[in-house]
Amino acid sequence: MASALINVPKKARRGEIIEIKTLMSHVMETGYRHTAEGEVIPRDIITGFSCRYNGVEIFRADLFPAFSANPFITFFTVAQESGKFDFEWTGDKGFNDTASASIIVE
Amino acid sequence: MNPARIIVVAALLIAACLARAAEIPPAERRSGSSFMAPDSQAMQSDDTANPGMLWVLDGEKLWNGKAGTAGKACADCHQDARVSMKGVAARYPAFDKALARPVDLEQRINLCRVRHQQATPLAYESRDLLALTALVARASHGVGIETGADPQLAPFIATGRDRYLQRQGQLNLACANCHDDNWDKRLAGAAITQGHPTGYPLYRLEWQSLGSLQRRLRACLSGIRAQPYNYGAPEMVELELYLMWRARGMPIETPAVRP
Repeated sequence: MASALINVPKKARRGEIIEIKTLMSHVMETGYRHTAEGEVIPRDIITGFSCRYNGVEIFRADLFPAFSANPFITFFTVAQESGKFDFEWTGDKGFNDTASASIIVE
Repeated sequence: MNPARIIVVAALLIAACLARAAEIPPAERRSGSSFMAPDSQAMQSDDTANPGMLWVLDGEKLWNGKAGTAGKACADCHQDARVSMKGVAARYPAFDKALARPVDLEQRINLCRVRHQQATPLAYESRDLLALTALVARASHGVGIETGADPQLAPFIATGRDRYLQRQGQLNLACANCHDDNWDKRLAGAAITQGHPTGYPLYRLEWQSLGSLQRRLRACLSGIRAQPYNYGAPEMVELELYLMWRARGMPIETPAVRP
């Protein structure tokens, strides 16, 4: 049951610097932990995150085992045109999830 | 130090222990969030930064999904949880007539599953049970706690209070020794806090997950080297009941964030 919380301003002035916040539900198992029986718990993390603004990639991040569970990624961009932000997370065990948010630029 | 002085010092120490601070006066009660760093407070108050909201989202999906042989969803009887469940968490643990004892919110959800959905109860601390509990408790966000208003709960609050005051474990500490007497101090760099369960289930950064009040109490009991009560044990629910009664009037913060 993966789910994401996205916070993009609904409206912005052209040229305004806006903050985008994303929170993704994920265990981020490091692969360094062991069970009580001594078996390694296999790594299960998000390895990549990207954000496209009207189809153009504006932000990308590689994620590693030191990231906390439910990674919270925020970044800034300049509001240029009304349109859509598309977010994508990819990771171990074929993990893939997307989310989107729209913005009106005046 | 001569024996007489040792006795005097020992007597003074015992007297100091007996002269415990009384219960915290209502005006001096503080939520655990007020002990946190501003960063953690900001994380809790921003719904898009609070990881506990991920469980609330999951809870909404489960609320609307059919379960059990009765083929009913929670929403079929209770409609929109945000409306129908408002104020419910502020009254729990509550008295269950059939069991003739108090049940907490997790147990109520499981009783509802068994009695009305003919579904299997969800395991304690499972993601689904935490998600449903978070959704129900979230509906009471900001509502003042009124647990214990039902007079049938009085004897259970009293036994819960006894447990709260009972010294136990290898360290021989009662809950009250820290959370009534020393809440303004720190333990190994961490604030002790007053132990008001206003935000459960809550997201603990240490757990990297949402967790129930029972999980927190079990961690506390292990901390004083006592045998933790089992999940769902009557002792556990009575302690939860006393703690909620002790926090009556304080607003529900679910899902809270704690370090």
